[in-house]
Amino acid sequence: MTETAADTPRYHRVRDGRVIAGVGGGLAEHLGIPAIVPRLAFVALGFAGIGIVIYAVFWYFAPPAPTATPDSGEREQPRRDLRRSFGYIALAGVVVLLFLVFGWMLDPVIWFLMFGALGAATLWRQANPTLRDELVATRPLYSTKGWLRTGFGVLLILIGVIGFLTFQDQLAEARAGLTFALTLIVGIALTAAPWIVVLVRERGRERRERIRNQERAELAAHIHDSVLHTLTLIQRRCDDPREVQRLARVQERALRSWLYQRPADADTTVKPALERVAAEVEESHGVPIEVVCVGDGPIDDGIRAQLRASREAMVNASKYSGAENISVFGEVEPEEVLVFVRDRGEGFDIDAVPDDRMGVRGSIRGRMERHGGEARIRTAPGEGTEVQLRMPRATRQE
Amino acid sequence: MASCRRAAGMGKVPDVADENTTFGSGAAVPRVVIVDDHRLFRSGVRGELGDAVDVIGEAGDVDSAVHVITEHPPDIVLLDVHLPGGGGVEVLRRVLASQPEIKFLALSVSDAAEDVIGVVRGGARGYVTKTISGKELADAIVRVADGDAVFSPRLAGFVLDAFAATDSPPMDPELDRLTQREREVLRLIARGYAYKEVGKELFISVKTVETHVSSVLRKLQLSNRHELSRWASARKLF
Repeated sequence: MTETAADTPRYHRVRDGRVIAGVGGGLAEHLGIPAIVPRLAFVALGFAGIGIVIYAVFWYFAPPAPTATPDSGEREQPRRDLRRSFGYIALAGVVVLLFLVFGWMLDPVIWFLMFGALGAATLWRQANPTLRDELVATRPLYSTKGWLRTGFGVLLILIGVIGFLTFQDQLAEARAGLTFALTLIVGIALTAAPWIVVLVRERGRERRERIRNQERAELAAHIHDSVLHTLTLIQRRCDDPREVQRLARVQERALRSWLYQRPADADTTVKPALERVAAEVEESHGVPIEVVCVGDGPIDDGIRAQLRASREAMVNASKYSGAENISVFGEVEPEEVLVFVRDRGEGFDIDAVPDDRMGVRGSIRGRMERHGGEARIRTAPGEGTEVQLRMPRATRQE
Repeated sequence: MASCRRAAGMGKVPDVADENTTFGSGAAVPRVVIVDDHRLFRSGVRGELGDAVDVIGEAGDVDSAVHVITEHPPDIVLLDVHLPGGGGVEVLRRVLASQPEIKFLALSVSDAAEDVIGVVRGGARGYVTKTISGKELADAIVRVADGDAVFSPRLAGFVLDAFAATDSPPMDPELDRLTQREREVLRLIARGYAYKEVGKELFISVKTVETHVSSVLRKLQLSNRHELSRWASARKLF
């Protein structure tokens, strides 16, 4: 049973082109031999009686070939398990009954052959290559149920073999051979045990090594995609200090968040959202923005508008103030959220801004007021600008 | 380590007596020791500070830092948070035990809360990140040398977060709570206001602003409210 690959199909009774229940066809498919061979074998064995029994066993144990809708079968799984358990018991009962009623008619040898066949079928199912693949991922072989089934199979085979030998009056003769064989098996097991243990350990080590290599490769890929890339860009753009600074800031922020932070959920709370807005504005306009945020909380519609207004304020500061950097301070209070965007740039005369300039009026004031908030702008020529945004929270909570 | 002093003075010379600073004189330049394990960074800082300060020594790890500082006590130590041999906190512990008059300004690439809070609670009188400009750094040094505290906007934010109202009652109301005024000052600093601008905004003098900040620093250093450490360690889990 050492078919290596999983390409040996799991044993099924065939649905198409079956003669009785598809047992022979399925067996042929499973073993890769013409269907006529098992069929003839069953017929031949059928004359001896055993063939019928074996056929019945296969019929019972082998599932029919799967249909195209596997998910319905999966849903039925638990019920089928239960039914199958009852089935085992019923089958055992029938076998015992047959044994008691017709036992005197048949050669007992056949009964023991049947035990052997039953055990072999159980083991065969257990070690089926496709099934083995499944157990690596899930459980059966290592589960109690798996062991139980294997033990059951071995027991049946032993009963079959010993019974067969006894009734053929060959047990006494075979005893020496059996002792020899048993000793040999134990010897081989003892010899192989250390090797098997080493093999299992080796596999565990290889697995850990592989995981470590994967991590290393991931780190290398990250460094390569981000840091090395930026360093190359910086070397190329070394004549443009602003661009160099921008690249360095972008990379610094990316590396920091990669090293120190959980993947930020920028869409759920105020703090990461504000930091992301600042990062995006900084990236597109090249003016460093320092964000300080105190407290945190969930985002509602009003705060979403406030974040858009903050973005507008940061963009304005980056584009028009001429300041070297911009400070953003966010404060999440139980009743309201405050955002201050401040630069030490040129400032402007707010009354001199024409009415048709949409930036301040539409994008900042209008946006805030529509959601029940307020925007104040403090500025004067030469004194920098501070945009203050205040938005009450819809969900008043801690 | 004093032998590794090099001719400073390249780069621009910041004008400490500039109107943005709160000091009139700037005549006595503070004597400074730079402690950082990156040699390139030390020489860079030296260059940027120029004549604004007198760099009397450098060190690259905890042991040599303690040695240099105790040998030639400076006015102020620029201290890197991450140092081989125990970190900046270890330097603070060993030096302040014997020479409590020496002042420390922490410098770091990290704005991680546990670094900031750790080094300030260890005794540093200020915390700035390494991206600070040469002029701002010189300002900060002079300010700390004068006995004031230096709070960056980020540090102010951390402190506001750490002292935020919690449900559990404070163990020591004097140390475990910020006054309304202190909160206002910290808020403005977090908004990017300089001390002078904070004073103007709140109609108080710069000296009063400095008093409030120093008082916050004292609370930060002395308070043992468990929220503070719990808060910092929770941030560490990031």
